[in-house]
Amino acid sequence: MKSLTYSEAIREGMSIRMRENPNVVLFGEDVGAFGGCFGVSAGMFQEFGPERVRDTPISEGAIIGCAVGAAATGLRPIAELMFNDFLTVGMDQLVNQAAKMRYMFGGKIAMPMVVRLPAGAGTGAAAQHSQSLEAWLTHVPGLKVVYPSSAQDALGLMLTAIDDDNPVMFFENKLLYGMKGEVSSLEPIPLGKGKIVRAGDDLSIITYGRQVYDALEAAEQLARDGINAEVVDLRSLYPLDKALIGESVAKTHKAVVITEEVRRGGYGGEISAIIGEEFFDYLDAPVARIGALDTPVPFSPILEQYYMPNAQDIIAAAKKMF
Amino acid sequence: MAISNDLMKDLYARMRRIRDFENAAAKLFAEGKVPGFVHLYLGEEAIAPAVCKCLRDDDFITSTHRGHGHIIAKGGDLNYMMAELFARETGYCKGKGGSMHIADRDKGILGANGIVGAGHCISTGAGLSIKIRGTDQVCVCFFGDGSTNQGTFHESLNMASIWKLPIIFVCENNHYGISMSQGRHQAIKDVADRAAAYNIPGVSVDGNDPLAVYEAAGEAVARARAGKGPTLIECKTYRQHGHFEGDPATYKPKEEQAAWMAKDPLTLFAKFLIDNSILSADEIQAIDERVQAEIDEAIAFADAQPLPTPESAVVDVYSDIVEEVRSR
Repeated sequence: MKSLTYSEAIREGMSIRMRENPNVVLFGEDVGAFGGCFGVSAGMFQEFGPERVRDTPISEGAIIGCAVGAAATGLRPIAELMFNDFLTVGMDQLVNQAAKMRYMFGGKIAMPMVVRLPAGAGTGAAAQHSQSLEAWLTHVPGLKVVYPSSAQDALGLMLTAIDDDNPVMFFENKLLYGMKGEVSSLEPIPLGKGKIVRAGDDLSIITYGRQVYDALEAAEQLARDGINAEVVDLRSLYPLDKALIGESVAKTHKAVVITEEVRRGGYGGEISAIIGEEFFDYLDAPVARIGALDTPVPFSPILEQYYMPNAQDIIAAAKKMF
Repeated sequence: MAISNDLMKDLYARMRRIRDFENAAAKLFAEGKVPGFVHLYLGEEAIAPAVCKCLRDDDFITSTHRGHGHIIAKGGDLNYMMAELFARETGYCKGKGGSMHIADRDKGILGANGIVGAGHCISTGAGLSIKIRGTDQVCVCFFGDGSTNQGTFHESLNMASIWKLPIIFVCENNHYGISMSQGRHQAIKDVADRAAAYNIPGVSVDGNDPLAVYEAAGEAVARARAGKGPTLIECKTYRQHGHFEGDPATYKPKEEQAAWMAKDPLTLFAKFLIDNSILSADEIQAIDERVQAEIDEAIAFADAQPLPTPESAVVDVYSDIVEEVRSR
């Protein structure tokens, strides 16, 4: 058991596989001696050298495209986009190439690549450096999408993501980078397995990423009012642990889905629809779906806080159900 | 560079194979045997065979929407190609790719590609992989003049240059980006000029002359294998058909078309071989007949293949998730 930050856990996951396999490499903007914009790869350049921890020019299309070409020819690349917002610039390589090559080529090519995607608001970085764009990627057949909320999950999911023969989109929440957590296992965590981070009988709060902590905060407050909420951390968005969602809702009969994305068209809508379609009979109330405002992320901290969903939103939604 | 007679004979056969495959594809498309889009390599047959003659089996290529010629030149199997065009279960892509997405990883063919300019980045990744794995393989990136206006062209040539990646960027300048002539879509005449921006060699050759292409490609491949980095080769050529089959290509001036048809690479090379006593007219005819028989066999093979079962649509989205994507 050791205590690692979320950021250190991601680094540890990458480093473990890089020590084992010379074909695992990391590249992206300033990931080398600079250590990455958020310091996630600090020290890796010194350990693995400039060939395998490689600075790239500011060329997101070529960064993702390089991962595609490298994965198709024998490497297991990890490509870092400095911010998930920069996906826009590299989207063709991800959506039309990485995601589709196995299928288009009749299954005769593997695409073992990881794209690291720092995401989320709360840093005063405004509209082009703060988005939560996971729904863009969960929408694309061929991609897998994970979003750890803790150091332990970040490490275990990184190991699995690197081991996977399909492109795995690895979301990292920037506000969690400095958060410490106990890491007791160096085992890979299977994709498609969520976990109950707080057990309860009265209400299921279904979420992932940083909103796990909003959910836990809300659950503590609701407990004071006699509402015992369960918090489900999905961890993996695709594949999705529908069974765990079903088990929780079967027990609680009420579901709040909270994600940090702009609510319109978000993955929270997909989760809500699944609950409505597959677990309707368990429900005693309509599913509550919470997201951010349907606006760009504003700059001024007071505006940004208003934009982001929070524990109070969960509590308000929950109380309407009782 | 000395070019042996045997090599020239083989080049001719490869060019002929592409010509006949493409003529067959045009006919089959017109007859409704081939669904979807078909973009033909007719008129450009001198390029891919000459470039691929400089490659080993373990070298890589990336291709384009106009990819049949590249795939045949790198050793793609005509039967499986034709079966894919026919959308059959046993085609290269099991009927999931079609003309624009044929690939053969075992032969280093990293795929035709429906997105103009996408191959630039993929070849850069292949080049990086070669460098990191420490082999002396190379990657050839085939692309058209139209794609040199995509950002991927700039990003990839820059990256390949700074990292000295073993890539040969082969621009098949057929003078059109879909309907837009080169004179309208870019302000330069020689795409090779763009190499200066990346401080790499840029050469422009007659793309209808396989020997000129072979010579330029040979130098570039040797340079790449020696770790000296990428080269941009521009092969000036002409797309004899429209952008896709069914495109009447009314945007092409008749005189221009006629002038290029007079420079048809197959006709010129056959004449060169006969004039230089490398092949007799009879020998040429024998090659033509042999190649035509291969094409006929491929068509017969394809026509006899089963269609995919509709239910197989869920296979190969992921390596390990199948039934879950059958969402209804």
